[in-house]
Amino acid sequence: MKIIACIKQVPDSEAKVRAEDGKVTWGDAPLVINPFDEYAVEGALQQKEALGGTVTALCIGPESARDALKHALAMGADDAVLVSDAALAELDTVGAARVLAAAINKIGGADMVIFGRQTLDNGAGLTPAQTARVLGWPMLGLSGQIKVDAGNVTVDRIIEEGRQTVSAKMPVVLSVVQSIGEPRYPSFMGIRKASKATIPVWSLADVNTAAPAPVVTRIELMNPPVKERAVEMITGESAAEIADKLADKILAEKVL
Amino acid sequence: MKTFIYIDHFKGEVQPASWEALGLAKSFGTAVALVFGTGTDEITKAAFEYGADEVIVVDDAALTDYRAEPYASTLSALASSATPDLILFPTTARTRELAAMSAVDLSTGVLTDVAKFEMNGEQLVATRPIYEGKVLEKTVCSGKPVMATIPARAFPKPERVAGKTGTLIKGEAKTEALTTVLGYSASESAVNIGDAAVIVSGGRGVSNNPSLGLDEAATAKKGFEMIGELATLLGGAVGASRAAVDGGYVTYAHQVGQTGKVVSPDLYIACGISGAIQHLVGMRNAKVIVAINKDADAPVFSQAHYGVVGDLFAIVPALTEALRTKMGK
Repeated sequence: MKIIACIKQVPDSEAKVRAEDGKVTWGDAPLVINPFDEYAVEGALQQKEALGGTVTALCIGPESARDALKHALAMGADDAVLVSDAALAELDTVGAARVLAAAINKIGGADMVIFGRQTLDNGAGLTPAQTARVLGWPMLGLSGQIKVDAGNVTVDRIIEEGRQTVSAKMPVVLSVVQSIGEPRYPSFMGIRKASKATIPVWSLADVNTAAPAPVVTRIELMNPPVKERAVEMITGESAAEIADKLADKILAEKVL
Repeated sequence: MKTFIYIDHFKGEVQPASWEALGLAKSFGTAVALVFGTGTDEITKAAFEYGADEVIVVDDAALTDYRAEPYASTLSALASSATPDLILFPTTARTRELAAMSAVDLSTGVLTDVAKFEMNGEQLVATRPIYEGKVLEKTVCSGKPVMATIPARAFPKPERVAGKTGTLIKGEAKTEALTTVLGYSASESAVNIGDAAVIVSGGRGVSNNPSLGLDEAATAKKGFEMIGELATLLGGAVGASRAAVDGGYVTYAHQVGQTGKVVSPDLYIACGISGAIQHLVGMRNAKVIVAINKDADAPVFSQAHYGVVGDLFAIVPALTEALRTKMGK
């Protein structure tokens, strides 16, 4: 079983991200593997354990994104590839999907390509399905559980209305959600292995593709309006008294 | 401007933001609603009554169950021949895939979770949240059609006018499918915090009440029962912080913050939630925010309109009773 986990590097979720001088800044907060992509690596490792095979972590990003790939290696991925090219600075999601598809072909294809549901930075959640469309493979999105049997992948897909069971023939693209299981912590051995690993860096020429021209572009960045809100504290002698006053306040707001 | 609106539905139920998208499309010009699937007469009727000028119905057995590939191919073919300027979708699990795939087919792009549109000359400019809503961007799509998804409750729902009709067009289905739908089970509680007008949320504090003499899991269960009762009384949904989801007290579907989904209910009641930045960003658009927490210094109070420093296990049931009495329920 050949599995590719696609990951991205993003500022830590705790970071105070702000727009400053037309750029996004996050102070000295660390860059980490996109938290949703840790579930993709976890899902890939679960399938490797069940079926045998290899897990390759794949990332588009600057040189610093090696650290995110090292995290995947430390969790247990067998190898990692970074696609990095100055021409990729302005990439939209369709562009990212085209570059990922080219890299997946260069790797030699796969039985399963697994994504996290979305990234913390752009947050669009479009790239998994777009990669499937570019490859012409079936998309099993928002999978909470993956089972493989005789060349078929069956997933429990988590949608607004509940769980749907959907299957497709391999090769497939999947995106996974949290119910796949908590991502494992890197082991001591894994961290040692990752620190020694050499991660190949491929340019666009290496994956035989040109820089996709972005269709979606940002023209302005803003910080959300700060709401100066003076909280009105409700106090009283007993829970019943506080609840009574609070209920009056809520009803006076006429939102019910 | 001609806009296609994809009416997203599942087992006969329309995702309400579909109608909000239809209302938005009308404000731009001609609104053409797309209804795919089988047995959709009621949905088509509703689309006219919510203001669609035209409805394109694609009724084919191959489209009975939503599946991304044939739905995307059908949409792409319709868009290629009818050349809309814009295609709007409510943001849902299905439309993220559907819009994503059609954008590849049509060599265009998707602007997701758009909170606001404005025109800059001929160009449509969309404002959308990035970095979990910590930052906003204005973004444009140079492809045609522009595709965009809108979150629930961001735009007003249009008035429904009974008996209103318009032009009905039958569209052709593309039926090549790569996946098979084997089954479905409804979620135990119908959670859709995105659509809810009232959300009552619980956090780590819900599991922490030694005076009950219960273990952590049993305490949390009792706490979320109280939260559920208040939510039910107010016709709302139960939300949760990441800490409560990670603790296993409720499922991920309840989580507010770090989902890319910013909720905007009329009333948000945060119980035992200290207020991590992701959570605050996820809920601060609510019209009225009430925070109940033991810790007077909890960051959640910085975003609240009304605050109570106290034990949620005493306050929440008392509030449920007080509201029940005052609302005459």
